[in-house]
Parts: sequence; structure tokens; C-alpha cells
Amino acid sequence: MSQGLEHSLTSWSGQALKHQASWIDDIDARVRVVCSGLFALVVVSSQHFVPALLGLLCAFLLVKSSKLNIKRTLRRVVAMDLFMLMLICVLPFTTPGDPIFSVFGLTASWQGLLHALLITVKANAVLLVLFSLVATMSASTLGHALAHLKVPDKLVHLMLFMVRYLDVISQEYKKMRRAMQARAFVLRTNRHTWKSIGYLFGMLLIRSVERAERISDAMKCRGFCGRYYLNDEMKIGRVDVVFGVAFLCFLVLLIGLNIDDLFK
Amino acid sequence: MTYSNKPMAKVDTPLIEINNLSYAYPRRGSVLKDVNFSLYESERVVVNGDNGAGKTTLLHLIVGLKKAKQGDIIGFGETCKTEKEFNKLRAKAGLLFQDPDDQLFCPTVLEDVMFGPLNLGFTKQQAIEKSLQTLKDLGMQGFESRITHQLSGGEKRMITLASVLVMEPKVLILDEPTNALDEKAKTRLVNVLQALPQAMIIISHDKLFSDKLATRQLNLKDGLLTEQLAATVAVA
Repeated sequence: MSQGLEHSLTSWSGQALKHQASWIDDIDARVRVVCSGLFALVVVSSQHFVPALLGLLCAFLLVKSSKLNIKRTLRRVVAMDLFMLMLICVLPFTTPGDPIFSVFGLTASWQGLLHALLITVKANAVLLVLFSLVATMSASTLGHALAHLKVPDKLVHLMLFMVRYLDVISQEYKKMRRAMQARAFVLRTNRHTWKSIGYLFGMLLIRSVERAERISDAMKCRGFCGRYYLNDEMKIGRVDVVFGVAFLCFLVLLIGLNIDDLFK
Repeated sequence: MTYSNKPMAKVDTPLIEINNLSYAYPRRGSVLKDVNFSLYESERVVVNGDNGAGKTTLLHLIVGLKKAKQGDIIGFGETCKTEKEFNKLRAKAGLLFQDPDDQLFCPTVLEDVMFGPLNLGFTKQQAIEKSLQTLKDLGMQGFESRITHQLSGGEKRMITLASVLVMEPKVLILDEPTNALDEKAKTRLVNVLQALPQAMIIISHDKLFSDKLATRQLNLKDGLLTEQLAATVAVA
């Protein structure tokens, strides 16, 4: 359990440092956020395989050019695809249509299988685009980009604070966990374990709240009265325009592929 | 640097004055009973006391993070009661927290140091210049784009000090500044603090550290603040 938690925590703070520099890094953060958002919208609402697969192809290209750490990316994609596997197993049985085979009186349908596969393709395409365009920037850059895109201040602050303190809280968790181990605590399925883990998380919660209060005090001491200033100017350059336009053209193509079928 | 080591020589108004201050926690009984205290120009007062004696509470009361049950806090000649009045006081009396992680909440060092000046109404450009200058004065140049949570304990302490000093306070209030610092970082901190012109109120359990800095030592026990007998006084 602790391993899963640790993984999700380290990926936040470290991702920006772990891939090699590429031309994608030079593109303005806002352009990247908007492009990936629109891409997700278009791909998820496509009805057919051609645009979805084209999207996936585009995602592969972006992953390639952003020089992501392949092993790391694969591990994360597999985590989601395991969930998709469940979908593939379930959807054929719940969607009515032409039967493939039947188990215990339940019939699997071609339509269901195709639907599940389509969803899998879409999900992978969106995930990979997010990895290559959004996850390659540091979390604080993402926060600033969102702020410049007029996302509500509160949400941006929430995210920036989370980025800053996730690490501190995970340290605190590990510290307490280690202190438990030092007193010969081993995870078992018994009442004692449940109680202790309950205490652990309860204490973590209390400590986090207390820390939040102290942070708020510290901010007040430096004259904070509700406004938070972001310290950077983002400028749209030539690369950003070129990338943005090219990406939008591609998205228009995907939309076109969807509409085309309507006329048939 | 040399300062006149005679706090009482100037009989002008104290920078911070506390009159009959009392405070009690809901389930712990009273922590402070009728505390009186004055801080004068270029004094460095060390407050000693056991764990849980209420030292931190006293500091938080001074800057208005906790509200006193009874008593007055007069900062720079003005009695502070409301949040607005305390806000003005806090700009002139910089509080350094026990845990640097509480204070450094921005992703990068520069953003964190800039936070204070921006709140005081400086423009972004001015804030950047002031922050860089303060970092330089503390010998922390080159740290501005570092990520705050990846700094070492000593570095974090220096950055928090920078983030307070950049607001140009007249009084520094330090809550166990040597907490979890190694000898080298401690020596560095002492040198920096000794060179600063501000009056200070310091809490520290570190005898050596407080002896080096203190011009006056007080003792907080059973809610009473008393002058320490046979006080060791530093030669500033």
C-alpha cells in the first residue's frame, strides 16, 4: 500500500526533471494546456475508429518528440490499461448486438467489444498527449499557466499549495510509518493493524490541519490579505503560434473525419 | 559591527510594549499572567523557559496571530487591537517561525522572498530587485530559482530569514531559529544576526547561541516573565 502512495507522490514533484530536453519544452505552457484540452475534447467525442486512431498516432508522435522516459511512461499507461481491460471484459456482455459467443447464458456482442476498444484507444490517446504536453512541465509552471488562462485563483492556489506540501506530508507519513516499524509493527489483518493505521491517518490529518494553520499564520505575518501574486510573464512566440495552428488544423481534420460519416 | 550596548541609555519610547498581558488555553489553564515587557531600539532580548511555558504563545500574541484575553500590545507607539492594526505591526515586526517549512510555501525561493514586498504594495520589478538584494546580503545569491522543499535545513533557515528581512522590519522576532541546525549553519546564523541592526526578541534553548546574541535575558515561568538573575550579556 505504501508503495503505491509513494509512487503517486514522487511522480508529481520529479517529472519535469526526468525527461530529456526537447522542442516541446520551448512551447508556451498555456498553448500546451489548451491544445491538450481541445485534443481530449475532440478525441473523446469522436464516434469512429479512424479519428480515434489518428489521434493515437498523433499522441505517439508527440511522445516520441517530447523524449519521455519510455519505461516510466509505459508503467503509467499500463496502470490505466489494466482498468481498460476490465472494461473490455465487461462491455461486450452488457451491450446488445450480434453475438460472438456466450458464457453461462450471457452473450457477448461485437458492438460491445468494438465500443470497449474504441474507448481504450481514446483513453490511451488522451493520456499520452497529456503525458507529452502537460506532464513534461513542472507542476508550478502548470499552475501559473492555469492562472494565466483565468482559471479561478482558488483552484490555482489549491494546486500550487498541494504541489508544495504533498512532499512535506508524505515525509511526515513516512516518518510516522518508520517510527511504527521501529517498534516492531507489521501489517496484518487484525484489529490492532486496522486501529493503528486508522490512528496513523487520523494523526496525519490533524498534523496537516495544524500545519495549514501555521502556514496561514506565516503568510499573515508577511502581510497576506487574500491576494497571491504570480511571478512570471508568459509570452507567445513564433514556435507557439506555429505549433498551435498546426495542432488546431489537425483537430479540425479529426472533427472533419467525424462529420464526413454523417453524410453517408 | 558595533552598536552601543546600553539599551536603557535611550529613554525614548519602546518599539514594542506589552502591558498586563494574559492568555489562557481552553484546557491548559492560563499560560501568561499579567506579563509586562518592553523592547527598545537595538536590544536583543532572549526569552528562556521550559517547553510549553508559553514562549511561542507570547510571540504569536505580539504579532496578533492569537488574540489576548486581557492586556495591551503597543507596537511602535500604537495600541493594536484589530486585525488591521496588527497587519501594520506585522510589516514592521518580522516573525521567523520555528519550522521553516511553514514559512516557505512558494515553489521557488524567489517567489517566496517576493511574497512579502508584493503584499506591501511594491511592483513586481521592485520586489524582484529587493529580494535579490536581500538574498545577496545574506550570502544566498544564486538560490533564487531553487525549489524550496529541496533545500537543506540551514539553507531553508537562511531563506526564511531573507523572506522576513526583505520587508525591512524594525524588529525581528525569532522562534527557536537554531532548531535542527548543525554547528556550521548555527555559526553562520549567529554571524548574520549579529551584523543586523534590528532589535530582536529571540526564543532559544541553545545556551551558547543565546549567550552570543543576548543583550538581555528573560525567564518565562509559571506564566510570569522575569528578568534572569546573573544574566550573561553578550558583547555585541
